[in-house]
Amino acid sequence: MEHAIEMIGITKTFPGVVANDKVTLQVADNEIHALLGENGAGKSTLMSILFGAYNADSGTIRIHGKDVDIKDPNVATELGIGMVHQHFKLVHNYSVTENIVLGMEPRNRFGILNIGQAEKRVARLSDTYGLQVDPTALVEDITVGAQQRVEILKTLYRNANIIIFDEPTAVLTPQEIDELMQIIRRLKAEGKTIVLITHKLKEIKAVADRCTVLRRGKYIGTVDVEDVSEQQLAEMMVGRAVQFEIEKSPAQIGEVVLSIQHLSVADQNGHVKVRDFSVDVHRGEIVGIAGVDGNGQTELLYGISGLSPVSSGTILLNGADITHATIRKRIELGLGHIPEDRQKHGLVSDFSISENCVLKNYYQAPYSNAYGLLDHAKMAEDAQALIEQFDIRAGQGSRTAAGSLSGGNQQKTIVAREIHLSPHAMLVAQPTRGLDVGAIEYIRQRILAERDKGRAILLISFELDEIMNLCDRIATISKGSIVGIFAQHEVTEREIGMMMAGSKRDGGNR
Amino acid sequence: MKPVDTRESFTSRMLSSDGAVSVLVVLLGFLVGTILVALVGKNPLNMYKAIFQSLSGYNIDNGKMNVRYIGETLNYAVPFILCGFSMAFAARAGLFNIGGEGQYIMGLTVAQVIGLLGPNVPGLHWALAIIGAMLIGAAWGGIVGILKAKYEVSEVVSTIMLNYVALYLSRIICLQLPGASTYKTANFPETALLSNGFFQAITNNSMLNNGFFLMGLAVVVYWFIMEKTNLGFGLRATGFNREAARCSGIPVVRSIAISMAIAGAFAGLAGGIVALGSFRYGRVLSGMDNYGFNGIAVALVGNNTAIGTMLAGFLFGMLKNAQALMQGKQIPKEITFIIQGLIVVFIALRSAIALYLAWRSKRQLQKEVLAK
Repeated sequence: MEHAIEMIGITKTFPGVVANDKVTLQVADNEIHALLGENGAGKSTLMSILFGAYNADSGTIRIHGKDVDIKDPNVATELGIGMVHQHFKLVHNYSVTENIVLGMEPRNRFGILNIGQAEKRVARLSDTYGLQVDPTALVEDITVGAQQRVEILKTLYRNANIIIFDEPTAVLTPQEIDELMQIIRRLKAEGKTIVLITHKLKEIKAVADRCTVLRRGKYIGTVDVEDVSEQQLAEMMVGRAVQFEIEKSPAQIGEVVLSIQHLSVADQNGHVKVRDFSVDVHRGEIVGIAGVDGNGQTELLYGISGLSPVSSGTILLNGADITHATIRKRIELGLGHIPEDRQKHGLVSDFSISENCVLKNYYQAPYSNAYGLLDHAKMAEDAQALIEQFDIRAGQGSRTAAGSLSGGNQQKTIVAREIHLSPHAMLVAQPTRGLDVGAIEYIRQRILAERDKGRAILLISFELDEIMNLCDRIATISKGSIVGIFAQHEVTEREIGMMMAGSKRDGGNR
Repeated sequence: MKPVDTRESFTSRMLSSDGAVSVLVVLLGFLVGTILVALVGKNPLNMYKAIFQSLSGYNIDNGKMNVRYIGETLNYAVPFILCGFSMAFAARAGLFNIGGEGQYIMGLTVAQVIGLLGPNVPGLHWALAIIGAMLIGAAWGGIVGILKAKYEVSEVVSTIMLNYVALYLSRIICLQLPGASTYKTANFPETALLSNGFFQAITNNSMLNNGFFLMGLAVVVYWFIMEKTNLGFGLRATGFNREAARCSGIPVVRSIAISMAIAGAFAGLAGGIVALGSFRYGRVLSGMDNYGFNGIAVALVGNNTAIGTMLAGFLFGMLKNAQALMQGKQIPKEITFIIQGLIVVFIALRSAIALYLAWRSKRQLQKEVLAK
């Protein structure tokens, strides 16, 4: 078997972490090779080494059988390696072609830019590989799926024959994901070698030929995808048996707790991001908001939690109007919030766990007395109880700085604080993003337990699996408006995907 | 193997302790200062003799003892420490208060006005003047806080501007005071002075005064607010991560305004103490005293903690008192400014040391992994 890529015994360390520990990756010529691992398993580091963004501490790299030293991304490009990044690197007010040629603009002999020639070549490439884009359109005017195609064209324009996709489906709707899978197959048919970095097993089963699994920086194995089940892949990735579906008891739905009526919210620049949005969340249920990232979910939660002012509409919590209340007032009335950006909004990373646990109620009894003096001993005691109860792994107990915790333990700290406040309604945004499988299972179970205690929970997630697994009712949002609200059993992932793209389904809406 | 390990962990511990790094930085500043003195052809030993005399009062050259020098060093340290707190308090809430100088000048001005025009009641008179100085300092800082919190006006720009407003406003006001000439006013009445007979008696008539007590009180207040009250908790949360504080319901607008007002009160207090403690007459300022600006350096060296800032303030007070003594020994007094400057520059070592520690832990990990 001819190898397109051979990375042998690659080791890379960062302060405090061994990102890759003698990892081996062998990719055959003209195959689709998946690189599977949890967050932090070392996939991205390994690919960054291949792309020249990092240098390995030790190990050898061979491309098409030749030893190479990839010092920087330019060397990688010369070797025919292209990368489609998870976060697109595009200039928004440039045209598609301008973005593609950026850095290697075609010039005539007077040194003047010849964009027409480049446009022709881009059009030819997009025909050959079935990548439909308008070469003259501005990047800011085209869809996310099309922007990704521009990134692919960028690598093809530079004559890449090895293309690395870094978590390419994170920002796509289910339909766009299907299209991408078609494109990847087409690229293979045209002779390219593909490396697909992902933690989604379905995609691997759908498109990959072989799969290499990494776990905690170590090489676990390479398998033919045909020979293994999703369950087996998951076990290789996590190192133990995994439960996909969570046991869920039927919801005991009570009265309305959080009522959002005709809410509109604008972002900082005055663009309306949430339009006439209405939803009621009842006691004992989880309402999920499904949608592609950037369709107003963030602004919706900002509006409800009070981080952004509301342009119009009403928010009622247990019947009290909190539309214009201060954030502290909302918290006191019983609104919990597990924010989307846990570094920015969730934690003070220089504070200890015990200080973070009282961030919202430090000024009240029992943590403060009537004269405004803090009771550090009580804070530490309660934090210690939460650490034990929520299994937060911290080196120095309640005195550990929140910033030194792993992502999963940071999220557990936030969840512990919010649950400890026992709110009536809870806003939960992307609760498991970037966490490993163990932490994901744990946090999902905690959220369900809160539902069963009678909390009203509004959940936002870009992972459709998570929405389908956890929620009792699912609202789909597109461009800031609700496309439809359905009970979980009344709707399929496919239908939600259609609605995420903006098309309405008949019926439902309750 | 074993002894090497313990020493390694000792170095690591020292390097990761902020206090130890501050001491290291100060020593480095003196080391380079010493080399500079030698380079310009003077005897560095004379510099240390002057510093030793300002600390202990003992003159090595002629063997005479004069405790007055100790008193002066302590007295000089008071405004440095308080202006350091002005910078440090705001810094803990995430603000860069360059306005210590203006807040100091306003405190000094109001103390002089009350000192000359106030009620000549013993005890009450100077207390009133000091309270007035703190209030105007708080207002001068508070304005900046409100502008910052409500309208996002950069506190760096507004404090710098207000420094000049304060200087010229002070001149206008002081020129109206009784007996004002272009540089001084009439003498203060006895009741306005902070002088302390006991201190004068034990320090051979130095200027050390009741302001020293007030400074000690300020150290306790600073520590108490920051560490023990829920006000301080909210301020620190705002300083570390304003967005998380806001998301948790902490009223950040109020936190920022309050922290600037308290910062201003510290600097105002410094102004009041200098006006009524170190002088017998009101001054019509023609330039800045620079205590406010030096406070920035003091807070940096003291790492914004109560004790650290106090110790750094004593260091700066000592250097200021040593200036005159150095000149007497043919050492240019400017060397003290150079040492102060070097110390501030070397503070950047904190980040360098953090980088070094990260690099070292990486190397160690690499060794472990590759050795397997």
